[in-house]
Amino acid sequence: MTARVVLQPADITRALTRISHEILESVGSSASELVILGIPTRGVVLAQRIAAILESIEPGSGTVGSLDVTMYRDDLSAQPTRPPSPTQIPAGGIDGKTVVLVDDVLFSGRTIRAALDAIGDHGRPRAVRLAVLVDRGHRELPIRADFVGKNLPTSLDERIAVRLDETDGREEVTITR
Amino acid sequence: MKLLITGATLPNGEVTDLLVENGRFAEASDSSKGATVIDASGLQALPGLVDLHTHLREPGFEQSETVLTGSRAAAIGGFTAVHAMANTSPVGDTAAVVEQVHSLGRHHGYVTVRPIGAVTAGLSGERLSEIGAMARSRASVTVFSDDGKCVSDALLMRRALEYVKTFGGVIAQHAQDPRLTEDAQMNEGTLSGELGLVGWPAVAEESVIARDVLLAQHVDARLHICHLSTAGSVEVIRWAKARGIKVTAEVTPHHLLLTEELARGYDSRFKVNPPLRRDEDVQALRSALADGTIDIVATDHAPHPIESKEAAWDDASFGMVGLESALSVVQLAMVDTGMLGWPDVARVLSSKPAEIGRLVGYDRAFAVGSRAQFTLFDPTASRVFDVSSLRGKGVNSPYLGRQLPGRVITTVHDGYPTVLDGELVDAATVAESAGRLDD
Amino acid sequence: MRHLLSTRDLDRETAIEILDVAEDMADVAIREVKKLPTLRNKTVINLFFEDSTRTRTSFELAAKRLSADLINFSAKGSSVSKGESLKDTAQTLAAMGADAVVIRHSASGAPRVLADSGWIDAAILNAGDGTHEHPTQALLDAFTIRKRLHGSASRGRDLDGVAVTIVGDILHSRVARSNVWLLNTLGASVRLVAPATLLPPGVEHWPVELGFDLDDAVDAGPDAIMMLRIQAERMHAAYFPSAGEYSRQWGLDDERFNRLRADTMVMHPGPMNRGLEISSRAADSGQSTVLEQVANGVSIRMAVLYLLLSGAVEQGRAS
Repeated sequence: MTARVVLQPADITRALTRISHEILESVGSSASELVILGIPTRGVVLAQRIAAILESIEPGSGTVGSLDVTMYRDDLSAQPTRPPSPTQIPAGGIDGKTVVLVDDVLFSGRTIRAALDAIGDHGRPRAVRLAVLVDRGHRELPIRADFVGKNLPTSLDERIAVRLDETDGREEVTITR
Repeated sequence: MKLLITGATLPNGEVTDLLVENGRFAEASDSSKGATVIDASGLQALPGLVDLHTHLREPGFEQSETVLTGSRAAAIGGFTAVHAMANTSPVGDTAAVVEQVHSLGRHHGYVTVRPIGAVTAGLSGERLSEIGAMARSRASVTVFSDDGKCVSDALLMRRALEYVKTFGGVIAQHAQDPRLTEDAQMNEGTLSGELGLVGWPAVAEESVIARDVLLAQHVDARLHICHLSTAGSVEVIRWAKARGIKVTAEVTPHHLLLTEELARGYDSRFKVNPPLRRDEDVQALRSALADGTIDIVATDHAPHPIESKEAAWDDASFGMVGLESALSVVQLAMVDTGMLGWPDVARVLSSKPAEIGRLVGYDRAFAVGSRAQFTLFDPTASRVFDVSSLRGKGVNSPYLGRQLPGRVITTVHDGYPTVLDGELVDAATVAESAGRLDD
Repeated sequence: MRHLLSTRDLDRETAIEILDVAEDMADVAIREVKKLPTLRNKTVINLFFEDSTRTRTSFELAAKRLSADLINFSAKGSSVSKGESLKDTAQTLAAMGADAVVIRHSASGAPRVLADSGWIDAAILNAGDGTHEHPTQALLDAFTIRKRLHGSASRGRDLDGVAVTIVGDILHSRVARSNVWLLNTLGASVRLVAPATLLPPGVEHWPVELGFDLDDAVDAGPDAIMMLRIQAERMHAAYFPSAGEYSRQWGLDDERFNRLRADTMVMHPGPMNRGLEISSRAADSGQSTVLEQVANGVSIRMAVLYLLLSGAVEQGRAS
């Protein structure tokens, strides 16, 4: 089993900066209507970083929260029981806003399907977009990301691991087979 | 029928051959020719076991047990005589009912079935049953008991003790104060408090025994106490015997081995009346049996249909089957612990219960001329006791899945075998042997 | 977790996990859509051999908020009360494909019998068995205490150092038993106050302080005082002479209520006998948690249903 580093810390920062610019570009003048929602665990960290970058480019555009999708998964009985993480919807809510969901890796698309259901129970956004650090392919649902840090074509027996300073004490993306 | 048992070890340790002819022990030396030989080398010979406390359920509850199935359970356990409790339907409170049970026993022939008569009509605790008629019937009833219920009325108990003297009988009391045990489910103590089950306090047994030994003293009558279960009861009996009161007492095999801890999982196989008690009680009962304070072991064999045990604890029936396992449990609890030797086992499971029940022929075991009632037991055997070890209808044994020592290899009742090579002789053969003896 | 039968089976970590998940479930109750799709395709059966509208309704709401299919199988007035055995009922529910059975039974240990029987494979949730246990009630009580003490910072916390006094018919109370074990596990100290006739045998071996005198217990200044419902029929079985005497000795009347610390929680599992074990002023005061207990009951039951019905690996391991 060999782990190969595919993104270094600098690559990750660069990717997040680019994604932030693309997000702002896509919403044009309504940047203050943005809500960045991270999917626990690492999606929340990435969402906070993106929000900070947005805020530095365009003050007022970095509204951020978290959205737990555990209770919306369709594979609960195939997994060990996991306690849900808290959901934090920013004070202004999400009605009429453009919500950008943030996750670390996009794979089958089932997590995002669950997130879309969860969002629906919290309000009615004007639009929902998706930002991911890594898209590794193998979608099982008609879902695609709007903003991608890096496309990594993988085979199914490979594992992608995203590690971030805040959660793991180091910063890298590796691929293991 | 002639049987030659070779190399059997008698309770006193003597190794000998035994010749059985025409239902009785004969001199082994002369006329052994033509006998069926049974090799008993290495086996412990014991006099036929006598159970003073059996529920055969017939008539009325044949789905639980019948005289035939209960007799078979007894034989495979090494018994040659059982005393059948009166809580049948109709109740064994008339000559007709006890004669019916008695004659069924004779007909099937696996063991001698001696009916116990009810003390009070319908076990209602209100007025005496026809004790004289039962005593004088063909069943010759000598033991009277309302077992399952306590004769709780002091005056009625006094009269019963006095009245049975007329017929040389004895009252066997199920000591349980009914008011102190309303809805009771298990031993009252810390565990019942935790489990939320209504407690059956030791005092409900001990207070009745204390009253009854004083009544027995007052009217100078014999009294037998069924299934002692507490250390306190032992103390009361010890006190009474020291005063010369004519009281005898029994303990069940399960009260010598099992404790209330088994109730923890709410498994109703361990629900029994009186309930399983604390370890201190078990130890006190063992010591009392060893020092003679407790006279005998009796099974309280209480078969139930599966459905009456497959229920929540509160809703399940009280009782355990015990005939098939009794000797093994006594070996485990008393012999293997060094508290009793085999002569003692012969006493507490055969000669003494026979004496209490005035059952003749058990006072001179293995003596030439005596009725041949005995069992050959392999104390070196060890087995996982399971449903296949049972021969009665009930499977409500608390020992299923447990490793138990010893095994009955042969049982001989009235000179003919009921168990050979560890298995029951078939019913037709046994009935035929019994019939031939009657002629 | 395979079943929830007794709070004795919960270690501190598991108990806190349940309380924490219940915090998340409580958050759902205050948002616009109060429903989660989590237990879609799961069938939960409320099997009640005893009437209890409150507990049954609470479980019903909990199951429905998690999108489970919920069937009320009331045993009263059905074939069950006409002699159908627990076994037949269990096998019937198994054949219907029940994933969880919430059972209320008058016999102590009935849920355990069901769980051990092999008659049914579903998760068994004890909703009160005889005078044995009522685990979800104890969990909601602990949740309520923690929430009052720590508010939105409750997650992850135990009840170390919290003093709880439970007053009344301990002998017949499944609520008291479940609370004693759970509160003890969570680090709280428990004091029981009752007439000697209403204390269980062996209670001196429980991890509690014991007392007969309510006034002493009030003056000790507990963080929470839990008044148990007293049932009138106990009088007839000679547990105490009269309702009046009980109320004078062991009732939380206005005078005793006034002597409590201003922040002592007044708890009651309901339904209350106002004027008997608790005065109306105490029950309706700001210190009373009675209605919070009801609301928290739904969150706790959602949490327990979630933890029992999700997680194939966990179930496999436990069985």
